[in-house]
Amino acid sequence: MSNPIQTLGAFGLNKIYDAGRFGVFLLYTLRGIFRPPAKFWPVVKQIEFLGSKSILLVGFTAAFTGMVLALQGYYTLSQYGSEGYVGAGVGLSLVRELGPVLSALMVTGRAGSAIAAEIGIMRIEEQIDALECMAIDAYSYLVVPRFIASLIAMPLLVAYCDIVGILGGHLVGVTLLGVSSGAYWDGFFASVFWSDVHMGLTKSVCFSILIVWICTYKGFYAGVAEGHFGPEAVSRATTNAVVLSSISILISDYVITSVLLYS
Amino acid sequence: MQSENLIDIHGLNSYYNDRQVLFDISFGIPMHQVTVIMGVSGCGKTTLFRHLTGLKKTLPGKIIIEGKDMGEFSEAQLMRYRRRIGVLFQSGALFNSMTLYENIALPLRVHTKLADETIRIMSIMKLNMVGLSEFWNYMPSQVSGGMKKRAGLARALAMEPQVLFVDEPSSGLDPITAAGLDRLILELRETMGMTVVVVTHELESAFKIADRMVVMDMGTIMAVGTPEQIQASEDGRVRQFLNREADPQDLSVDSYVKCLLDRRE
Ligand SMILES: Nc1ncnc2c1ncn2[C@@H]1O[C@H](COP(=O)(O)OP(=O)(O)O)[C@@H](O)[C@H]1O
Ligand SMILES: [Mg+2]
Repeated sequence: MSNPIQTLGAFGLNKIYDAGRFGVFLLYTLRGIFRPPAKFWPVVKQIEFLGSKSILLVGFTAAFTGMVLALQGYYTLSQYGSEGYVGAGVGLSLVRELGPVLSALMVTGRAGSAIAAEIGIMRIEEQIDALECMAIDAYSYLVVPRFIASLIAMPLLVAYCDIVGILGGHLVGVTLLGVSSGAYWDGFFASVFWSDVHMGLTKSVCFSILIVWICTYKGFYAGVAEGHFGPEAVSRATTNAVVLSSISILISDYVITSVLLYS
Repeated sequence: MQSENLIDIHGLNSYYNDRQVLFDISFGIPMHQVTVIMGVSGCGKTTLFRHLTGLKKTLPGKIIIEGKDMGEFSEAQLMRYRRRIGVLFQSGALFNSMTLYENIALPLRVHTKLADETIRIMSIMKLNMVGLSEFWNYMPSQVSGGMKKRAGLARALAMEPQVLFVDEPSSGLDPITAAGLDRLILELRETMGMTVVVVTHELESAFKIADRMVVMDMGTIMAVGTPEQIQASEDGRVRQFLNREADPQDLSVDSYVKCLLDRRE
């Protein structure tokens, strides 16, 4: 280990190996969709966990984001005498950007970390080994229901987040600051098009895949690289899952935006 | 009691990254008998166990199961093999989001098309066998370590396996519970002719259940034979292993305490 070039090489190989394993993980998951056990009830359970239980948190976040957007928008726009465009500003920011990104970050923090911890514990307690020894496909049993659930729940959560945020903006813009309700909605409908909704939807689908992929992967391989399977392996997996998911959400948000806007 | 081997191991080596932990392991596992693999902790027992259950990849030609080479198993073959084995892990490995009953019913639900009622009866029967039928509705977190292990055994037996693999049945258990597990293992061999492979570092329990013993040390095989042969072995290292734990009464107070500390893994 004294030779730095050797160390660097080993480090590089390790990263490549990790990336390969990460890709293979997704392939096994896709294959798991078509394998037993049955998915219906597990998916329902995961939708409840991922989606329903995030409603309060996402709603709270959305409401205050919409409110603060209206506040900021009104302050800036009123300097140009165009405070009627508050509705447009709130709507566009939420539907295109903040709705998907904030929901995804909240779901990562609340559900993604729990997914990584839950599966990580199953790894260190040999439960995943036990599944394999029972000839049950661990991907099909553990990962697939969470994937399907998040693909269903995330777009709905994002839509809900958009609606709550826009109503929050209405509350501040119209009720507190005195923009007329008609102007608020006119501004909104004149500037938010289907292509914007489409962009938000695309983002929500991509983020939901990223979150579950990263969080289940981190849990699944908790402690495997290090070779010791203590509780610290789970806590490390959980932290890594949240950090990595959040970063990938922000990076992919930029990429998707640039592709959809300029292509 | 001679019988043909179910599994033959020929010169198995095993590595974690660059570190070799098993060196040229060879022995046979006879059918319908209890084979006990013993050795101090860290000598590679669990690693060997993971090769035998297909959890760690084995090179071709090293492990032969009923004439078939495990190193060349296709995925379908591995699945078929696993449906014939039951595995009890060191910690029990129960799924902690399910009740004991659901844990045992899971393999039946996935692998059979039996009616719910039949699955229920079969699972309760298995729980009954390990003396836990009253606790069917408990979560794993609500029962003791010994009960978890017994429930794990019930789950391992759910699919009526021909071969049972057990990792450290008595570690972390009080002597009475441990003796109960030993008795269950013997019963399985007697009543169903099950082939049992037990990995343990506890000598007392090993001598109670073994038809055949394999003594390991630092990743190598030190001795193979019947309990009587092992007991009578003249090999210095085997004697040292047997004496270290078997007769703590003969030791001085200091070494007795040390021996107890060692045992805690
Ligand atoms: N996943 C792993 N990665 C790296 N080394 C390991 C791993 N599992 C076990 N080892 C090492 O292999 C050796 C044998 O371990 P193990 O088979 O668990 O022994 P035993 O079950 O007899 O206590 C030990 O030195 C242990 O540190
Ligand atoms: Mg062990």
